[in-house]
Amino acid sequence: MPEYQTIDHDVLVIGAGGAGLRAAVEAAANGVSVGVVCKSLLGKAHTVMAEGGIAASLANVDDRDNWRVHFADTMRGGQYLNNWRMAELHAKEAPERVRELEAWGALFDRTKDGRILQRNFGGHRYPRLAHVGDRTGLEMIRTLQDHGIHEGLDVHMECTVVTLLRDGDRIAGCFAYDRERGRFRLFRAKAVVLATGGIGRAYSITSNSWEYTGDGHALAYLAGAALQDMEFVQFHPTGMIWPPSVRGILVTEGVRGEGGVLRNRDGKRFMFENVPDLYKAQTADSEEEGWRYTQGDKDARRPPELLTRDHVARMIVREVKEGRGSPHGGVYLDISWIKDRLPNAAEHIRKKLPSMYHQFMQLAGIDITKEAMEIGPTTHYVMGGIRVDGDTQMSTVPGLFACGECAAGLHGANRLGGNSLSDLLVFGKRAGEFAAKFASEHEAPTVNTSEVDAAARSALAPFERGASAEGPYQVQDSLQTTMQNLVGIVRTQHEMERALGELEELKRRAARVGVPGNREYNPGWHTALDLRHLLIVSEAIARSAIERRESRGGHFRDDYPEKDAAFGTINHLIRRGADGRMTLERAPIPPMPAELAAIVKEMQS
Amino acid sequence: MTAPTPGVPSTGAPSRAVDAYTAAQEAQDSQVKHQARSFRIWRGADGVGDFHDFDTVTNEGMVVLDAIHQIQAEQANDLAVRWNCKAGKCGSCSAEINGKPRLMCMTRLDELPADAPVTVEPMRAFPHVRDLVTDVSWNFRVKPRIQRFTPRPPDAPDGSWRIDQHDVDRVQEFRKCIECFLCQDVCHVLRDHHKHEEFIGPRFLVYAAALEMHPLDTADRVDALKESFGIGYCNITKCCTRVCPEHISITDNAIIPLKERVVDRHFDPLHALVRLVRGPRRH
Repeated sequence: MPEYQTIDHDVLVIGAGGAGLRAAVEAAANGVSVGVVCKSLLGKAHTVMAEGGIAASLANVDDRDNWRVHFADTMRGGQYLNNWRMAELHAKEAPERVRELEAWGALFDRTKDGRILQRNFGGHRYPRLAHVGDRTGLEMIRTLQDHGIHEGLDVHMECTVVTLLRDGDRIAGCFAYDRERGRFRLFRAKAVVLATGGIGRAYSITSNSWEYTGDGHALAYLAGAALQDMEFVQFHPTGMIWPPSVRGILVTEGVRGEGGVLRNRDGKRFMFENVPDLYKAQTADSEEEGWRYTQGDKDARRPPELLTRDHVARMIVREVKEGRGSPHGGVYLDISWIKDRLPNAAEHIRKKLPSMYHQFMQLAGIDITKEAMEIGPTTHYVMGGIRVDGDTQMSTVPGLFACGECAAGLHGANRLGGNSLSDLLVFGKRAGEFAAKFASEHEAPTVNTSEVDAAARSALAPFERGASAEGPYQVQDSLQTTMQNLVGIVRTQHEMERALGELEELKRRAARVGVPGNREYNPGWHTALDLRHLLIVSEAIARSAIERRESRGGHFRDDYPEKDAAFGTINHLIRRGADGRMTLERAPIPPMPAELAAIVKEMQS
Repeated sequence: MTAPTPGVPSTGAPSRAVDAYTAAQEAQDSQVKHQARSFRIWRGADGVGDFHDFDTVTNEGMVVLDAIHQIQAEQANDLAVRWNCKAGKCGSCSAEINGKPRLMCMTRLDELPADAPVTVEPMRAFPHVRDLVTDVSWNFRVKPRIQRFTPRPPDAPDGSWRIDQHDVDRVQEFRKCIECFLCQDVCHVLRDHHKHEEFIGPRFLVYAAALEMHPLDTADRVDALKESFGIGYCNITKCCTRVCPEHISITDNAIIPLKERVVDRHFDPLHALVRLVRGPRRH
């Protein structure tokens, strides 16, 4: 029997990005013992990459803003598939969560009268994003980390979970290995919070780090929880495309918020074409008006570059497909042009977008204050995830909670920029609070040790097959190519069915991969174990996307290019069937209470 | 002359393009320039090991971390390397490249001499684990010893503060730190003299400076800097500043001002007299 160490906590949080740390801090504040398990070192999670800001209707820059406008913007952006209760709580609680972050030491950029400055972002009616230049995510994670280390959290760094454990229906803990030495650990817990982030590593072009292998999604699915709306993957319109080694690295939407424009090979601002009806009334109809908006003119409407990410990404793909792309298969994003409008433009750009300046200078040899960037869409975020209760964030498995990107509901069919960091804070706190409550109200569960032994044996199987078997990297590479080409930004029935066939073959290959060496810090082994999770989320995305025979938000079907009202009232649920196969069902969205419906109606005009 | 790169379909492979967009992506890949490069990578466990030679065909624009990943995928599946964002934002992939402490993800191959192998070694100031990975946990034990952020009462009834942008700008430089620990790696007090028990190193002097100069903070860390954190060990050789990937002026803007505060309190004759009369400050 493989050996393992047993560790007990009341609440175990899996993931230490913004959502996980906020959940852990809150659970600890509620007086229970809290453990945090994370795949990386503390403070390195993907939250660190967030650039633009945290959306919250503080109304510091435009006093017309309030939670009702933020709620309506979020619902419109999500094309009304959102969990409206989550959208309501999020809009109401985000300002308090931002102020709390400041009380823990975060330092945001300021307005002239010393309050938190807010910037424009796609889909937000008013300047709403609290930010620190273009490194808001770093400020947020460092603040939570530096606060959290004084709150009695027990952090298990570089530790990967291979399976969740149940006691009857309810959660009982998880089984994991430490990456450094490869030793197994059994975590017993009364409640478990999943905060594992996204799935971007299922695609070859992504802004996501290696950690984004859909662990939380897959672990919850295997433990019997339902996944919701997995077809909705956000392709961020602006990723780097050249040189090839940097392809996919994010270029913040903040570039467009500061006045950056998109142009095709012929120098044309193509975003002025095809503005969607939902947004026509809010969109500038001249370049002049768009510029005034970015400079804070409250009477001006926003430029079309700041339409929602799904639309901007598809417009870029259209330009490239129709032969009007830039030399490396993208389009131009130009911020340098503002030198015609502003004195000291170069200095202004370096101050407002320091990371972008640095990133292009260092990695691409491009000075963004002087020349245009070449950009193209990159896999960025998954709106779909673990189905949760809007108030408590508990999944369909008792005692198993989920928050942040791995949970579904808040964003519906498309997420607005800036709504992710606020999501992490609002629902991280709620998950932590209700997980602590659940732990206080329940006895310690019992763990089935034969299940643990089976998990350990299965985790070690790649070593038995050894270096003569196919390696894990080849399978991962094939999987990414399949998803990128067949279940990408523009989808068809035929291609996605082909993808399902390829995924079946990849499952067979993944079950046979072998790795050389031993258990000590062995990335080949780690990658081999990640494959199972990537395959589950890939299949869930493909199956949900095939069933949604319409185009909405992040999901675009070439064979069904229009929105279909019949699909506007349902969520897709993915579950593991009794025979181990993936099943899909439609769940009707409950009608909105009159008060919320009235807000949506009022804001549509 | 082509080699498959993770995430980049090789030019020799059959086309996987399904439409004009993916075809444009493939066409882009076919324009990439290739170059054969040699690498000497330090491999071993718990400090015992040596350099291993690898040859691989690199693409235009590749960084050292890309080459390490390619070697890992094609020749050494178990090559241990710690990384995360590959965009210079998380500070995980610190190593010594051609003898210099750097981030692997921000070091382009075309800035390193092509006529000699690129050497890649783990950081030397921390206990070794495997290949390029070191045990940096000491850093995570140091931080909680520094007194936490302690704000003054809020300025407004909603619990918020009014802060001038100038006061924010003064500490933002320190808050840019990505905790890559390259400054700790190069600091001779830690690297050569192993004073980990007595000295917190440049990273945490920057951290202390960020707290001391935070416009809302009211705590006092000056005595601790002298007594427990060993600021006196730093003899301002500025090695840390030179390796900082975030270009933080560690010595000039963080360490020297903190040293001045320590000197003002403990070695200024007027202060010494006050301390004699009033007794030492307690915290």
